[in-house]
Amino acid sequence: MLEIEIDGKALQVNEGCTVMEAANLAGVYIPHFCYHRKLSIAANCRMCLVQVEKAPKALPACATPVTNGMKVWTHSENAVRAQKAVMEFLLINHPLDCPICDQGGECQLQDLSVGYGCGQSRYGEEKRVVFNKDLGPLVATDMTRCINCTRCVRFMQEIAGDMELGQAYRGEHAEIMPFLGRTLDSELSGNVIDLCPVGALTSRPFRFSARTWELSRRRSVSPHDGVGANLIVQTRFDRVKRVLPLENEAINECWLSDKDRFSYEALNGDERLSAPMIRRGTQWCEVSWQEALEFVANGCKAALDQQGPAAIGALASPHSTLEELHLLQKLVRALGSENIDFRLRHSDFRADGKRNGAPCLGMPLAQVSHLDRLLVIGSFLRKDAPLLAQRLRQAVKKGTRLSVVHPAADDWGMPVHQRALVAPSAMVDTLLHILFALADIKQTPPQPVLQSLRPASQDATATDIARELAEGRNVAVWIGNLAVQDVRGTEIELLAQEIARLAGGRFGVISEAANTVGGWLTRAVPGAGGKNVHQMLESPLAVCLLLGAEPGYDFARSDASRRALAAMQMVVALTPFNSGELREVAHVMLPLTPFTEMAGTFVNMEGRAQFFHAAARAFGEARPGWKVLRVLGNLLEAPGFAQDNVLDVAREVLGEHAGKAEVLLETGLDGRLQGVSVEGRRPRADTLERVCDVPLHFADPLVRRAPALQRTHDARAPQAAVHPETLARLGLEEGAHVRLTQGDAVIELDVRADDGLAQNCVRVAAAHASTIGLGAMSGPIAMERV
Amino acid sequence: MLSAEAKQKIDREIAKYPAGQKQSAVMSALRIAQEENAGWLPKEAISEVAAYLEMPEVAVYEVATFYNMYELKPVGRHKITVCTNLPCALSGGVHVAEYLQQKLGIGFNETTPDGKFTLKEGECMGACGDAPVLLHNNHKMCSWMTPEKIDRLLAELESK
Amino acid sequence: MSLRPLILANTNGDAGWRLEHYLARGGYSALKKVIAGKVSPEDLIAEMKASVLRGRGGAGFPTGLKWSFMPKGEGEKYLCCNSDEGEPGTFKDRDILRYNPHAVIEGMTIAAWATGATRGYNYIHGEIFELYERFEEALQEARNAGLLGARILGSDFSFELFAHHGYGAYVCGEETALLESIEGKKGQPRFKPPFPANCGLYGKPTTINNTETFASVPFIINMGGQAYLDLGKPNNGGTKLFSISGHVNRPGVYELEMGTPFAELLELAGGVRGGRKLKAVIPGGSSAPVLPAEIIMDCTMDYDSLSAAGSMLGSGAVIVMDETVCMVKALERLSYFYHEESCGQCTPCREGSGWLYRIVHRIENGQGREEDLELLESVAGNIMGRTVCALGDAAAMPVRGFLKHFQSEFAWHIEHKGCLVPLDVQRAGSQIYVSPSC
Repeated sequence: MLEIEIDGKALQVNEGCTVMEAANLAGVYIPHFCYHRKLSIAANCRMCLVQVEKAPKALPACATPVTNGMKVWTHSENAVRAQKAVMEFLLINHPLDCPICDQGGECQLQDLSVGYGCGQSRYGEEKRVVFNKDLGPLVATDMTRCINCTRCVRFMQEIAGDMELGQAYRGEHAEIMPFLGRTLDSELSGNVIDLCPVGALTSRPFRFSARTWELSRRRSVSPHDGVGANLIVQTRFDRVKRVLPLENEAINECWLSDKDRFSYEALNGDERLSAPMIRRGTQWCEVSWQEALEFVANGCKAALDQQGPAAIGALASPHSTLEELHLLQKLVRALGSENIDFRLRHSDFRADGKRNGAPCLGMPLAQVSHLDRLLVIGSFLRKDAPLLAQRLRQAVKKGTRLSVVHPAADDWGMPVHQRALVAPSAMVDTLLHILFALADIKQTPPQPVLQSLRPASQDATATDIARELAEGRNVAVWIGNLAVQDVRGTEIELLAQEIARLAGGRFGVISEAANTVGGWLTRAVPGAGGKNVHQMLESPLAVCLLLGAEPGYDFARSDASRRALAAMQMVVALTPFNSGELREVAHVMLPLTPFTEMAGTFVNMEGRAQFFHAAARAFGEARPGWKVLRVLGNLLEAPGFAQDNVLDVAREVLGEHAGKAEVLLETGLDGRLQGVSVEGRRPRADTLERVCDVPLHFADPLVRRAPALQRTHDARAPQAAVHPETLARLGLEEGAHVRLTQGDAVIELDVRADDGLAQNCVRVAAAHASTIGLGAMSGPIAMERV
Repeated sequence: MLSAEAKQKIDREIAKYPAGQKQSAVMSALRIAQEENAGWLPKEAISEVAAYLEMPEVAVYEVATFYNMYELKPVGRHKITVCTNLPCALSGGVHVAEYLQQKLGIGFNETTPDGKFTLKEGECMGACGDAPVLLHNNHKMCSWMTPEKIDRLLAELESK
Repeated sequence: MSLRPLILANTNGDAGWRLEHYLARGGYSALKKVIAGKVSPEDLIAEMKASVLRGRGGAGFPTGLKWSFMPKGEGEKYLCCNSDEGEPGTFKDRDILRYNPHAVIEGMTIAAWATGATRGYNYIHGEIFELYERFEEALQEARNAGLLGARILGSDFSFELFAHHGYGAYVCGEETALLESIEGKKGQPRFKPPFPANCGLYGKPTTINNTETFASVPFIINMGGQAYLDLGKPNNGGTKLFSISGHVNRPGVYELEMGTPFAELLELAGGVRGGRKLKAVIPGGSSAPVLPAEIIMDCTMDYDSLSAAGSMLGSGAVIVMDETVCMVKALERLSYFYHEESCGQCTPCREGSGWLYRIVHRIENGQGREEDLELLESVAGNIMGRTVCALGDAAAMPVRGFLKHFQSEFAWHIEHKGCLVPLDVQRAGSQIYVSPSC
């Protein structure tokens, strides 16, 4: 410990601590611009100059390490003189037109100039003008305002993992810019808006639409990926104007993914469903809630009477709240059916009834940085969970060694130590190689059901991965969306669990959505005799309650989902959006409030339940899903639908934890499989198979309707990506127009060569208008030139 | 855009640095790229250098814009950079600059219509004892320049 | 006369730089002595300390002391030679590289022995590209002769040395900017601490010295530290290469004993050109405060004397100005230089260097205001000591120096909206030019 005195306050700090950090501990504010606790130290703005005993010059607090016995004055005459000098330099070329700057009212330069600036400028020369840059649809620029603090440059390089911005030229001509003709394409790009201490980088969607002091703010939780980032939702007249990160070191730190930040635009879009609607013939008519709910109740009763409870079922999006999922499953079960599922993109259900609890990450997010070895299997990690990837990126920088088994070598902005680039159908085989290599190193056999599956040959990469894992002291094995959603997902999961067990590490599932874990906890999955999503679509139900999902976009088999739902007697769409896809298949649409207009709970991938309140009044006649389901329960005379408020609902699942802003659950999170095995099938090398990602801005109904996000690089129309050698074998070339066929599903796309893809694979993204005509997310696919 | 020969030259530069420090060769690589691209660096050349050295494009662009002997716009076949800094100016650097401007009929940062000559103003070249000095195409230093020597130089370059 | 060539002794212009010539002059004998005698690094550093060789790049830091900061023990360590000579008025390293490159190679190799460095780079100013190529050739000669590379002179000692060229950025002469530049980045200086001795090139311990410093090493080893010190005066050991430019009859590089009177140097350089009257001298490169004739004529050329006179020896670059020079115009050109060469990283230099230039430019162009002199002083003072590296100070110091000794000429300019020195007189001497584009 080092002794330091700051402005007369004595305190003890750790070795290596800077004066800035010490001052923060002492509660002393030192003005600064370039310093940011999550970024490397630049010491370029010079605003944090302080006086240090025995130092001849003022020193930058952000970069000066504390030495024992150091005495620092942050507001002495010397310090303030230095700070004022710097402020004057910062202002000479900065426009003094705060009233027309979008940053006005939340500008660090404006704030600090009150304390350190002069009433009048001594600078009588011409001011510098810097041309604006096109950074894409999310970040607007006003580069003349830039003070070259380089926070944005450092963020992109260090946190986002891609150096998409630089400081070009030098001296007075220095300017922050992307490479010529490039834009900011990172999925974390919006954070530079928060980081920019001036009005140089602002939010393009929010720009000039409100002043910060006019906005009301409410804490909320992101409804998108499995991280559950904490949000500040800012509203004006009950319209969400902006979403900012709410700092939570345990979850999102101070960051948001662009999806978390900009999806709010969809809330204010034209497609919001403002009143219940019933389809009469080919016409959709607005009706009262009473009429709509009676219509639904009557339809259910008729189906019950005529076909029995098994003809009724429900399908829910994993982006629904815990309360919605709970009442939905409760309603279905009250009607005597077990047909309920939220795993709309899954295709392997062999594990149903064979696990103890909800699959989850198996560790708190904050502990990712402690891992020394990590194996990620079948995940588009960077795009599926941008903030988890960000955490991992920092961990890798500190020494976590990452191995990946996955069909695509997408750039995650971090080094991958070992990579097995294998087709989905070969993943089980690769994992068996890893498992047995690991078993040999550890001299521990895998569980008995697997023992007969020892591969005949060795696989060098698999052996290297096994060796890596065996060396680790803090190991984890994670499976991601591609693995979970694969036709052999159960086998992959079992093997991953076994590998984790033998490596003495933790097993985890990277949740697909904001409330995937909540879906498990509420048992929104079929019980004994019930149908899973696949079965519900195979032999269509009479009545389906469809919560928050859109056919075609949110299902593993898009063509089948559209066809099956269209064939049902009554599809009840509970939805915030008047969706074209839903109008095709549904008979009634009930307007639900999205997350900003209701209270609810999401349980993130680590098993953290987070309760949030409404940030704005409901749009039109939209109502929270739990209320709608409760009334339906009452209309259908189901027992147990007398909850007075959302907490009553939450309590039925979470007990004492209901309504807590944040609680890391300790029970119900054991996803271990029991009584499943692996089939000894060999991968087929001769046929093409589909690799399918769900691009982050297509993944749920909300993002799909966020205009700015839809203009980003990540939202560009999918192409069919194929390894160049596979392409050559097929006699095709980059740019060729091809017909893709899965069973009777056919679409046409352009081909892109991608040498970061396993051989014999065709990567076609799901959930885009151009690809929903296709079939299953995994399995065989045919491709031919048109 | 980078020829095989240029890549070979770049490889020789890379070999000067420890393993994993390819980026250290970026200044040489840009110079080599510039030499074979008519004395300037088009965007594509910068991209190629970035790809070859496995660097982010913008990091290479930072380097190309920071050091002022890299040209980001086309230049004439002969770039003449005259030092006008104080020590050179005290010994006639200004007269040299004026003489060149008059002879070539162009100002600083301009290129003759025939594309042969570009005139640049340079900062200290570390040869003040030879003042006035100028650089031809970045690499050839010409010392103690007088109107007569300039005439000879221009005549010689004219034919190249 | 105190002409005392050491580094440049017996060199024969462009015809004497090769290895054979250097060997004929007794070159590499110091290295052989060190290796054959297995001189311990401690003894070597002690010898360097005894010589009081102070860094010849401008800061004058004692070389032996600097070497002693390198951590002991195994591991990657680096040595960098700073040949990025671009401070207006300085051109001595160019002559060393031109006429005696092997002295630098030998000096660096001995320094590697002393510091445990395994690899070195000589960072050469981009504008002297021909000498970068010459240095590469010299390196190859040394490697071929077993004087450099693996197992030097058959011993267990290995040292790899390479040349790296700059490409037009004055700031890379700052040692940490130089490291950044070798790492393939913009030459933006690093904040210190950490110091290069702990965390330098590629994050490894690194020693950086000037070309002349390294070139002096073999001579010190051969003659002994004390003898070298005795060449100069106490605390100002050895000989020094002075670059003299501007209004003298024979500009060039002169190697003198430290402490030689300025008057002698001026005489060696042939006196003021055209027999005109000496007006002012910048004694240590453009960032050193200017001294009027009456002060400089009483100075000796060493660190202490010039420091006492209110300026500095710097790199030993002497810019001589006669009575035809308009001091406002001279400062304007220098201020333009620093404004142009600021790296743009930290606020006071990025913003302040341009401000200084613009004020001086206005004054020179007859648009000076009464408050400008005070403003110049204040802005210069606000830059000083508040930047990441010394370039900020380098931009501020000339302003303060010119104002200190020639304030009346500036005031005259403001009042009369023109030069004190008549234009035809300036023209007859030399007209200093500042680009109208800026």
